[in-house]
Amino acid sequence: MSSNAITIPGIRVEGKPWVDTLHEWVTTVDHKRLGILYILSALLFLAIGGIEALIIRIQLIHSHNEFVSPQVFNRMFTMHGTTMIFFVAMPILFGFANYLVPLMIGARDMAFPRLNAFSFWLSFFGALLLYFSLLGGSGLYGAGNAPDVGWWAYAPLGARAFSPGHSSDYWTLALLVSGFGSIGTAINILATVLCMRCPGMKLSRMPLLVWLNFVMAGMVLIAITPLSAAQIMLLIDRYLGGHFFDTQAGGSAVLWMHFFWIFGHPEVYVLVIPAFAFLSEIIPVFSRKPIFGYPVMVAATVAIGLVSTSVWAHHMFTIGMNSYANSFFAITTMAVGIPTGIKIFNWIGTMWGGRIQFKVPMLFCIGFLFQFLIAGLTGIMQAAVPFDWQLSLSYFVVAHFHYVIVGGILFALFGAFYYWYPKMTGRMLNERLGKWHFWLFLIGFHLTFDVMHIPGLLGMPRRIYTYEPGRGWDTLNLIITIGAFIQAIAILVFLANLIISYFKGTEAGNDPWDAWTLEWSTSSPPPAYNFATVPTVASRRPLWDLKHPEDPDSQYE
Amino acid sequence: MRSTTNSINIRVLRELALSALSSVLLPPNALAEPSHLTVTNIFAPQSTPAKSIFDLSIFVLVVTGIIFIVVVTLLVYSISKFRAKSPTHNSEPAQVYGSTQIELAWTIIPILIVVVLFLATARVLHAVQDAPKPASAVEVTVIGHQFWWEYRYPKLGVVTANELHIPVSDPVHPTPTFLQLLSADTDHSFWIPQLAGKTDLIPNHPNSMWMDPQHKGVFVGQCAQYCGTQHAKMLLRVSVDSPEDFAEWVREQQRPAVADERVAVGKRVFETTACMNCHTINGTVANGRFGPDLTHLMSRSTIAAGAALNTPENLSLWIKNPEAIKRGSLMPAMQLSESDLDALVRYLETLR
Repeated sequence: MSSNAITIPGIRVEGKPWVDTLHEWVTTVDHKRLGILYILSALLFLAIGGIEALIIRIQLIHSHNEFVSPQVFNRMFTMHGTTMIFFVAMPILFGFANYLVPLMIGARDMAFPRLNAFSFWLSFFGALLLYFSLLGGSGLYGAGNAPDVGWWAYAPLGARAFSPGHSSDYWTLALLVSGFGSIGTAINILATVLCMRCPGMKLSRMPLLVWLNFVMAGMVLIAITPLSAAQIMLLIDRYLGGHFFDTQAGGSAVLWMHFFWIFGHPEVYVLVIPAFAFLSEIIPVFSRKPIFGYPVMVAATVAIGLVSTSVWAHHMFTIGMNSYANSFFAITTMAVGIPTGIKIFNWIGTMWGGRIQFKVPMLFCIGFLFQFLIAGLTGIMQAAVPFDWQLSLSYFVVAHFHYVIVGGILFALFGAFYYWYPKMTGRMLNERLGKWHFWLFLIGFHLTFDVMHIPGLLGMPRRIYTYEPGRGWDTLNLIITIGAFIQAIAILVFLANLIISYFKGTEAGNDPWDAWTLEWSTSSPPPAYNFATVPTVASRRPLWDLKHPEDPDSQYE
Repeated sequence: MRSTTNSINIRVLRELALSALSSVLLPPNALAEPSHLTVTNIFAPQSTPAKSIFDLSIFVLVVTGIIFIVVVTLLVYSISKFRAKSPTHNSEPAQVYGSTQIELAWTIIPILIVVVLFLATARVLHAVQDAPKPASAVEVTVIGHQFWWEYRYPKLGVVTANELHIPVSDPVHPTPTFLQLLSADTDHSFWIPQLAGKTDLIPNHPNSMWMDPQHKGVFVGQCAQYCGTQHAKMLLRVSVDSPEDFAEWVREQQRPAVADERVAVGKRVFETTACMNCHTINGTVANGRFGPDLTHLMSRSTIAAGAALNTPENLSLWIKNPEAIKRGSLMPAMQLSESDLDALVRYLETLR
């Protein structure tokens, strides 16, 4: 690592026609542009999925509301879940991985740039396929358009007897197509991390973000393949006379549940491990200390990855498994809490004794820590199987997993946006708007999802489009809906910040946060080739070594 | 039925938590009314499985509550104590890379907590799930349909729908009710929060559950597993009767339908239209099984799986335009003339 890592800025051609610019973006194989495309498409679908959530919330604002019909409500929660998991959370995290992993390991691109482009367009067209169901779904007269089987599509609801027309086929094909895209990206990340590291970047010196995305990519391979297999089996059932899940012909509904959750639970960690990755980069920089217990953080991540492949049936405690199976999945689920707890302690350990700067990225990370702690504890409650017999399928579960996905993953993502936006665009996000965004979103989040636990405890099941008065659910649902709208306003502030700062933000320079990983050694935004000369590193914090030659990390490792 | 409660001896904590929780969670109108009609609170158990779950849940809440307090204290302390004093402060703090002892401690302590939680869980799990069925148990087969519940009492020869009747279970001579859970179409889930946790009804996958309420009353709940368009209006009512009332109810239900000459016109409408394709009325030629058994329709207080009260007006509306009460229900609009409809409703009203 030496000063030659500071590169010349990319050459800008002035006055290029917009068609050429568009053409460049569509045909690009540059990992940074693909990363940004992933992120932009995810933001588009975040807005769409958010509107669907608001429709759900308006319908539930009081008992016997008639804002939408039950059919439309069921389509809304199906589309909301499918969109948010497959076309927001995964693409946006893949986008950051795409953008950051090569930069952080001192590489000039991903291992397979064309596969990278192919994977992005597969997942983008997968999303379009899902939304095309709104136009093309009613293959039969009177059949619905958008799918209404739920994002989990439990058999036999997905069978032709219960889902006539083509709406659920679009769901199946969308997941199948984008699933192949995810597998492509996962293979690409694995190959990049294994083969493209710059000189001196041993596995034990990789930034934690790279390590965690490496584990995430491995889990994608484990998780997406059974989902794709199940989708193919479902298509065989629907069009080739198969009976895998066709209960009317002796098929098994439980088989589908197993396939779905063997995907579904590792998927949670596919989403949350990259969120851990953001924290593991942001917290040290804003605490001005290296991550506490790097080897343990890596080991805990790998442990989470391994254990989380054996917890899937905790989504199925109510389906009547025998008590031994229930006990097995209870202990594995509780065991995941151990490495996750270690991570939370290590992040606190990183802050301990530091000089914490409360910039917006750090605020979101602290929000994450608080909320993810609660999400983990409500998770432990549901791992206590008999308790879960009450909690499962109720609004408590909805509150729990939104705590994970919104309170955890989305908060970490917002932190990542504020932290790496300067690198991606060359301009800082506005700090004042960022604080508005943070506090509004925090208030909205807690109003919605803290309160949402309670109707679950009061017996309110999920997925109901209306409810009876007099159960004590009305006021709670009103508060939840108000919170949802506050969150929506916060998201608007965020989007406005992204746009305004792109044009009017202060110049970021190469290294606005005084950070320590390789991406901050190149210009903002980095040139197409990332580094003029391939850097050489001697420790986990190459830029620390550069800035503190008298006390380099390499001395201690 | 041996009680499985008090496996965890935390009475004091329990009392405290109970009063705190009930003040937060009990809806105010439920406190005002003695009736349990609107209570679906999981913290107000009325039957052994629900009570065992309640005890476990309090234990888990206390343990997780302690973890929460400890971790949040550490978090709040570190963010308030170690905030940068001034933004211009340039020197870096001491660079600490980790500590084996501390990391070992916060690995081992969670492992111990997990072991304790697992043992408590496994004990209640086994006690509830593997409870033996006594000879005195009442057996009911519950069949989930889109979007209603069918109940069959195989030993008693009773078939009814949506409103389940079971006897009070006296702890000295327990008569728990054991449900066998089946599904005719999609997945459903049987959930009466005050009586037991939920168990799914899955086609080709028979399940079972049990409950032994010790007090009379009506307990409500609803289908908890998404089963199609009208999942929301697939409500559950369980009437827990005294042994005498239950025996009387069974005797009533075992009789064939009353044949009243004054409503012969309505009966003929029922038997000559599509009604009989889906509904059974014992003692007539109608023996369909797609819809609820109507032999003793008037013994039920609601229609359409709890979507409306069982009044002549609602019954008439339900036959004429089911969409007005329950959109997406599989009951078709019957397209009867006004006079036929009136006669039919008058006939149905005699089915006591």
